[in-house]
Amino acid sequence: MSTNTIVSLPDQSTARIPKMNFISKEKGLLSWLLTGDHKRIAILYLVSITFFFFIGGALAGLIRLELLTPQSDLMATDTYNKVFTMHGIIMIFFFLVPSVPATIGNFFIPMMIGAKDLALPKINLLSWYLYIVAGILAIYTMAAGGVDTGWTFTTPLSTHYLNTHVLTTGIAIFIAGFSSIFTGLNFIVTIHKMRCPGMTWFRLPLFVWSNYAASILMVLGTPVLAIAIVLVALERVFGIGVFDPTKGGDPLLFQHLFWFYSHPAVYIMILPGMGVISETISTFSRKRVFGYTAVAFSSVAIAVFGFFVWAHHMFIMGISNYSMLVFSLLTMLVAVPSAIKIFNWAFTLYKGSITFETPMLYSFGFMGLFTIGGLTGVFLGSSGTDIHLTETYFIVAHFHFVMVGGMLMAFLAGIHFWWPKMTGRMYPEKISQFAAVVTFIGFNFTFFPQFILGTLGMPRRYASYPPEFQVLNVFSTAGATILGVGYLLPLLYLTWSLKYGEIAGENPWQATGLEWQTQSPPLTENYPAIPVMDHEAYDYEWLEGQKEKVASVG
Amino acid sequence: MSDSQVVSNDVVVHGAEAGVQHEHLPYQRHHFETYAQQNDATNFAMWLFLLTEIMFFGGLFTAYLIYRNWYYPAFVQASHQLQIFWGTANTAVLITSSFTMAMGVWCAEMKKKSALVLCLTLTFVLGLVFLGIKFIEYKEKYDKNHIPGFHYSMQSFLNPQSDPEVYNEYHDKPLSFDMARHTELYFFLYFAMTGMHALHMIIGIAILGYMIFRAQAGAYTTGHVTFVENFGLYWHFVDIIWIYLFPLLYLISRH
Amino acid sequence: MTVHNDESIEEHESHHHIVSPRIYITILLALLVGTAVTVWASYVDLGEWHILPGITLFWNPVVALAIAATKMILVVLFFMHVKYSTKLTKLTVGAGIFTFIVLVGMTLSDYMTRAWGRW
Repeated sequence: MSTNTIVSLPDQSTARIPKMNFISKEKGLLSWLLTGDHKRIAILYLVSITFFFFIGGALAGLIRLELLTPQSDLMATDTYNKVFTMHGIIMIFFFLVPSVPATIGNFFIPMMIGAKDLALPKINLLSWYLYIVAGILAIYTMAAGGVDTGWTFTTPLSTHYLNTHVLTTGIAIFIAGFSSIFTGLNFIVTIHKMRCPGMTWFRLPLFVWSNYAASILMVLGTPVLAIAIVLVALERVFGIGVFDPTKGGDPLLFQHLFWFYSHPAVYIMILPGMGVISETISTFSRKRVFGYTAVAFSSVAIAVFGFFVWAHHMFIMGISNYSMLVFSLLTMLVAVPSAIKIFNWAFTLYKGSITFETPMLYSFGFMGLFTIGGLTGVFLGSSGTDIHLTETYFIVAHFHFVMVGGMLMAFLAGIHFWWPKMTGRMYPEKISQFAAVVTFIGFNFTFFPQFILGTLGMPRRYASYPPEFQVLNVFSTAGATILGVGYLLPLLYLTWSLKYGEIAGENPWQATGLEWQTQSPPLTENYPAIPVMDHEAYDYEWLEGQKEKVASVG
Repeated sequence: MSDSQVVSNDVVVHGAEAGVQHEHLPYQRHHFETYAQQNDATNFAMWLFLLTEIMFFGGLFTAYLIYRNWYYPAFVQASHQLQIFWGTANTAVLITSSFTMAMGVWCAEMKKKSALVLCLTLTFVLGLVFLGIKFIEYKEKYDKNHIPGFHYSMQSFLNPQSDPEVYNEYHDKPLSFDMARHTELYFFLYFAMTGMHALHMIIGIAILGYMIFRAQAGAYTTGHVTFVENFGLYWHFVDIIWIYLFPLLYLISRH
Repeated sequence: MTVHNDESIEEHESHHHIVSPRIYITILLALLVGTAVTVWASYVDLGEWHILPGITLFWNPVVALAIAATKMILVVLFFMHVKYSTKLTKLTVGAGIFTFIVLVGMTLSDYMTRAWGRW
């Protein structure tokens, strides 16, 4: 591996964390719990989602352990159902949906646009509290016996045939949904109304565009999930028959409402990650993102088109042939903007000065794994092939490739990339590069065999399976062990770096964003004075000019 | 959409925080550069919140439209159980309350304190009237065992003549047992949709109560009308939901 | 007590226009008339339009929804000041209505094209 690095740190013998920063400004627990500072709220979120990530991860471990053997011998099948349900719910609603927006987005969107805070700081704090309440309720549900409907709550199973804690889980997700809505609402208002002088839409970092698109989805899509949950609750409590075929209701109505949100939800999850990748690819190739406008508009296009394709989750459920046709066609279209992004990132890399710091390693992982995941999505979007592949491990592999190989890697890329800015300290580069590689290897071992399992016919959500599938399952579990190590390492070394990491200085990556032109960690009000944006995004020449200015003054 | 204690109208001048002096009105939050920006932002935020409400009710409207078309005869006959008089009255009440609310915003903009308090109070009272009428209607449903899940009775639909006050007006034909069952679905949607609407009314009325006190204290007639204006948006939105609920639930077919 | 400098109480864009009570009263009357008309129309059989064999459009619900939509537009434009608001506000309202129509329309299109004989 190349020993080239762009890292540029201040002289460690004299460097210090700036005395006045958003962490040192006020002390005490209440100053954190009652804060309006978007940066502190981001840290609160970061700690919370990490906690839930490891709970979800533990549940994943249990799943893989059970699947080592063809029989359902580690736990009862009902328990297994609860384990994968809770794994899905926690990972989706309590980790993936808030991951980048509520942590990196909250912290950096105001800074990237040159503002002092988000538009609605109190709503921001409320959003975190709603998340915590929902999380506590979810944990209570797990402790009280869990829910086993699958994260999709398909009716009439969830309304009529199960007596587990559907209601409390539903309420938890309802509340978490509002947390998400308030985050998205805040971002949209902030990005529209609080850009600093000179910050036109097309000078915004692409990270802001991606989060803007994701926020539109959060605001417009999540309420439909809310009403779907309300209807399930009413059906369970009063039994009126809105989803009950014996009373003239249609169970598929629930699925329409559920997937109307849950499909845009996957774009809510991935778009912010794509935003991170735009930033890291540019920084570590020292080159502006190729086709800025295309990437910006493709984010919005994904958001808009994402609303038109939800029934591709329902191809085998009883929708009309006409619907299958239309939704399948539209699904093919929605793949295009995502592909545009991949091409643009690839062209950004071309003839760039590429270095392999940890965020870049994760970004490369993202590009490869998201592409595979996305391509397999095309097989699933085509209704003909979907009939055979749906509800098998092919689907499980597909969404883990895009969500874990894609989104989670992007999240880790972002955390590493902005860690120096948030904490003022660098993470240890060698061990983090090692962890990134371990994650990549572990991921492929875990999930690639699942594509094969799916095409061979192994159904998803089954605790027991025919013995001929065992070898691939063992492979997958072995990979999961490696993957677990890969995820544990950052938890350890990032915590370590808080005390012992090198002092990062203002701009260790020599990046162009506004957030890199101020101290690390930032001041509470972000900037001593509101900046004026007088150059384009990713303008490395401007950056050179800044350095020369400093050199000539000093 | 904050509503700060306005003590004086004097401009607040902040001293050197990193050497930058800036002046702003007492009800301008610190992270905004100008009062206009704050106004714009909070107004936009309220509109975005209303978008979430549109989509929330959207799910219920979808369910309603599907089942109305599947079980049209049941929905028609079940809707005859709702009294046009109360429904129309409620519609008029709510529309008028929207008018008084809009007038309230005007009073705040024109800095007319007593008129503002009057308008807000009228809106408040009309809101209560609406809820009162809804209570009368719900009680009637309860008395006739038309609440789904609570001793629901299909008698009025299997044998319309057993229900003279409705029969004499509409002369409905008896429904088959299968179709009569689906009247319960109509009432579920009736209660779910009007109930959700009523919940939003209750929240609105509660906030109105708070606003009347604050208006009396002069909080909204010093040039800071954002709270009243944004609440007005919410109130009009709730009115719009009812504007659709009324024909969909009450006026399916009365001929 | 009034302030005379850059940061004095600025009328922000959508606040420039204060809608007069006369307009509000006109709209109120229009809304009440609309209510009366829609009630009256529900008592009259307005007939149907046979577009194609098997596809019939009944006028009663169309008229009822059209009146409701008109009332909504009046409330949105005048009571909610959207007529005098920024392009952004108008775009936002449009986005909400559009997404609502996608939800209702595309879901209903599934139900309408099922050959269950119920539609």
